[in-house]
Amino acid sequence: MADSTAKPRSFQEIILRLQGYWAAKGCAILQPYDMEVGAGTFHPGTTLRSLGTQPWAAAYVQPSRRPTDGRYGENPNRLQHYYQYQVLIKPSPPDLQDLYLGSLRAIGIDMELHDIRFVEDDWESPTLGAWGLGWEVWCDGMEVSQFTYFQQVGGHDCAPVSGELTYGLERLAMYVLGVDHVMDMPFNDPDAPIALKYGDVFRQTEEEYSRWNFDVANTEVLLRHFEEAEAECEAILAQPAVDPKTGKRIIMAHPAYDQCIKASHIFNLLDARGVISVTERQAYIGRVRTLAKKCADAFVQTDAGGYAA
Amino acid sequence: MPDLLIELFSEEIPARMQARAADDLRKRMTDGMVEAGLTYAHARAYATPRRLTLAVEGLLDKSPTVLEERKGPKVGAPEKAVEGFLRGAGVPREALEERETPKGAVYFAMIEKPGRPADEIVAEVLEAVVRGFPWPKSMRWGAGSLRWVRPLHSILCILSDEEGARTVPLEIDGIAAGDTTEGHRFVGSGRFAVSGFEDYAVRLKRDKVMLDAVERADHIHNDAQTLAFARGLEVVEDTALLSEVAGLVEWPVVLMGDIEAQFLDLPPEVLQTSMKEHQKFFSVRNPKTGRIEKFITVANRETADHGATILAGNQKVLAARLSDAKFFWENDLRVVRGVGLEGMAAGLSDVTFHNKLGSQADRVARIEALAREIAPLVGAKPDLAAEAARVCKADLQSEMVGEFPELQGVMGRYYAEAAGHDDGVPEACEMHYKPLGPGDAVPSDPVSVSVALADKIDTLTGFWWIDERPTGSRDPFALRRAALGVVRLIIANQIRLPLFAVFFDHESYHMATALIQQGAETETIKTDLVKRGIDPDNVKDWKPKFSKGIESSQYGYGQEEAGMGALLAFLHDRLKVHLRDEGIRHDVIDACLAMPGNDDLTLLDKRARALSDFLGTDDGENLVLGFRRANNILVQAEEKDGVEYSFGADVKFAEDDTEKALFAALDAQEGPISKAMEAEDFAAAMAGMAALRAPMDAFFEAVQVNAENEVVRRNRLNLLARIRDICLGVADLRQLEG
Repeated sequence: MADSTAKPRSFQEIILRLQGYWAAKGCAILQPYDMEVGAGTFHPGTTLRSLGTQPWAAAYVQPSRRPTDGRYGENPNRLQHYYQYQVLIKPSPPDLQDLYLGSLRAIGIDMELHDIRFVEDDWESPTLGAWGLGWEVWCDGMEVSQFTYFQQVGGHDCAPVSGELTYGLERLAMYVLGVDHVMDMPFNDPDAPIALKYGDVFRQTEEEYSRWNFDVANTEVLLRHFEEAEAECEAILAQPAVDPKTGKRIIMAHPAYDQCIKASHIFNLLDARGVISVTERQAYIGRVRTLAKKCADAFVQTDAGGYAA
Repeated sequence: MPDLLIELFSEEIPARMQARAADDLRKRMTDGMVEAGLTYAHARAYATPRRLTLAVEGLLDKSPTVLEERKGPKVGAPEKAVEGFLRGAGVPREALEERETPKGAVYFAMIEKPGRPADEIVAEVLEAVVRGFPWPKSMRWGAGSLRWVRPLHSILCILSDEEGARTVPLEIDGIAAGDTTEGHRFVGSGRFAVSGFEDYAVRLKRDKVMLDAVERADHIHNDAQTLAFARGLEVVEDTALLSEVAGLVEWPVVLMGDIEAQFLDLPPEVLQTSMKEHQKFFSVRNPKTGRIEKFITVANRETADHGATILAGNQKVLAARLSDAKFFWENDLRVVRGVGLEGMAAGLSDVTFHNKLGSQADRVARIEALAREIAPLVGAKPDLAAEAARVCKADLQSEMVGEFPELQGVMGRYYAEAAGHDDGVPEACEMHYKPLGPGDAVPSDPVSVSVALADKIDTLTGFWWIDERPTGSRDPFALRRAALGVVRLIIANQIRLPLFAVFFDHESYHMATALIQQGAETETIKTDLVKRGIDPDNVKDWKPKFSKGIESSQYGYGQEEAGMGALLAFLHDRLKVHLRDEGIRHDVIDACLAMPGNDDLTLLDKRARALSDFLGTDDGENLVLGFRRANNILVQAEEKDGVEYSFGADVKFAEDDTEKALFAALDAQEGPISKAMEAEDFAAAMAGMAALRAPMDAFFEAVQVNAENEVVRRNRLNLLARIRDICLGVADLRQLEG
């Protein structure tokens, strides 16, 4: 592991240090989920694994998309595509706050010089039917993480309770590296033969996606895809538990949940296109929540969901 | 007598919950202990972000022994019954007493319930308190089932006396009580044991924890003042923020930082709101210019660089926040300079105010029409009032108010100035929301008053019309506040408004707006409009009538109890509360409410004040006694005779001198009293009434009203009727409580 007392020099070094730190603390380092999501919480490694009785400890980077936040790469800290670092441990260990503070030390935040505060912030995800209590963590007045004890997911009470940590990587890294505009942030080592800044990697994509998200995405196609994902999710879950071909009990919670993720992201895109009215909004959120709840119901009937236990 | 110390140590408790939680801990623990027989001398509770603490002094070391008497079977009852009773009571046969009762001799058992040690009771009560704690929101954690506001880590629970301290044996969900705690999260020195409250407080302070929230708040307040004064500046007071910040730190360290020059020209309200909402910073003002020039932040620790790193970080975050605010401000200014406030307000037609009351633009149109009618009655130019009403909600469409809704009105004033409005219009944009509560200032500028009244009356009549009235504690549209606002605006500015007529007209206007929208209830509304003499097919041409001097009574007020009559009663209730707070009795108000024209609140207020003052005098008090006597005699006589005595009293039938004197006094006072009433000079009218007191007292002293001679009797009753008429013309004195 890198010398944690020295300041990191790039965006990727901060990610690598977090990976090293949480690996050393016993977390499974998962890879990002291969679908478009709005936040790291949507990764099945958090949503589904926070359900049921089976213990779990995982950490991962999750690329996240929020189409309405696109600013063509011009805003110093708003992006339609960004990275979250996510940690989920079930049951939440008694020293989770200390573990978390250790991770800040690992990325070069010196507790002797900074002011770290846990400020009340309750988390709620209407689309996932989930809520929890916790804090936003402030470092010198800046929000650097969300810290949540999950109480309910997909309409199910969490027992045991998972502790979830979410770091907004760009914002945290800009703070640690002392950068004012996200596009100016060193992505790899600034002394590397080919030194890349965040803007070298993402400025163009921010521009392209901002245009597509706001003005071009075909809303008719998106609306159809939403319906299709919804129907497919329901169809998957309507299958009998026992697979007629293998004779095994195979409940397809994950494939169904993929469709729920898809519907959720399509809803975000439609929202960015401005074709969803205030009243329709609630209805769409309710439809996604219904899917999320059904997927949660299905997951707790599987082994990973604690069915056998 | 031992002292008790309890500390519930947890992860960070939300600031807003701390004070209440400390109080609940104190109350529930002491109530529980007292109920179990354990009394105490003194108890005090404390809260920091990580702990709730209770210190109880002079606790009994055990609860007192109690003797309980239990009634058993009759003497001579079957042996089995007696044995069963002995088993149940847990006493031997020798302990039974025989006592005579009305039903014969009965066995009684005296059961001694020995006192229990404090340790046992404390453990029991504390467990119950922790398990049933009334947090506004609580949670589970890990694999446990206990609920607390955030994970509970340790329980300190000790009883201490001359012999030393002992831990109260207690375990809740795997957390065993002990005698240790820890100090500050970052600068403390780990766990330590304590022997009592004093030791605890001293050790905590050494480990950088100020236990007392009041001490933390005072410390923050004083240090902030000192830092600001040293630069010739002053801290903008904010007690809510102060108590919140005191709940975010265990060891407050106050730091003052600069606001970048590029942001100093933002309106002070914007700087203040942005800094407070996002960063929980205090604003520091230059008293000479009124500008906000610096900020104060409160860190939770001291550092080797004296807060330099912390301050630099905070400054950076602030700059990002203020860049947003500046962006909004400049964009909004560009819009209003380009298309004016009307242009900014254009989008209000797409914003729903309420699905039955139309869009914000519909609402603004109604407010404009009403403000125009009210204007002449409050001394404002109708065109100016209409102009102000037209733009008063424009700032709801600004980016700044979108970001900071609490700046509505304030931004309206700035943007109205920028758009070139003048003559009280910018002020009205801000002030028309006021007064916001019983303590808030009441606008006095005529333009502001017109719009403020129109805005509130539009809201009240609208929600009354669609039957969305406040019930119990439910008042989602803040209608009580709006009603009190109308009351205070009218009284403070001595406005003469025939409220029922205003309400009735404006209700018609709501119907007309709803018609234009062609909603589901169109036909019902049309019928209602026709009943009001308004052509539903030509509602656009219809104009309110109240400002033409048509009185409320001509609208049918008095017959109508539902609808706008009920709204008026709702305002009367607010007026009663308002006047009661000023020391005017409710029966005095009832006496005035019973008079005609009671929808004219200024008149009502004047009358009530005069009557209240009058009743405070010796003459007033006795006049009311005299009136009551006269009225009682009359009521009885009228009931008996089946007639109403009203006029015809003639001095020629007067027999007694006191009777003649009373005639003379009435002849002398009637003129001045009715003149005073015409001039609405209630004080003068009541002074005239006061002059009747002495002759009336003398009359009752000397004369038997119900005389043998029927002519004399009737003449005297008619004389009393004159007195009653005069008195009831001023206020309904029958409503006064005896």
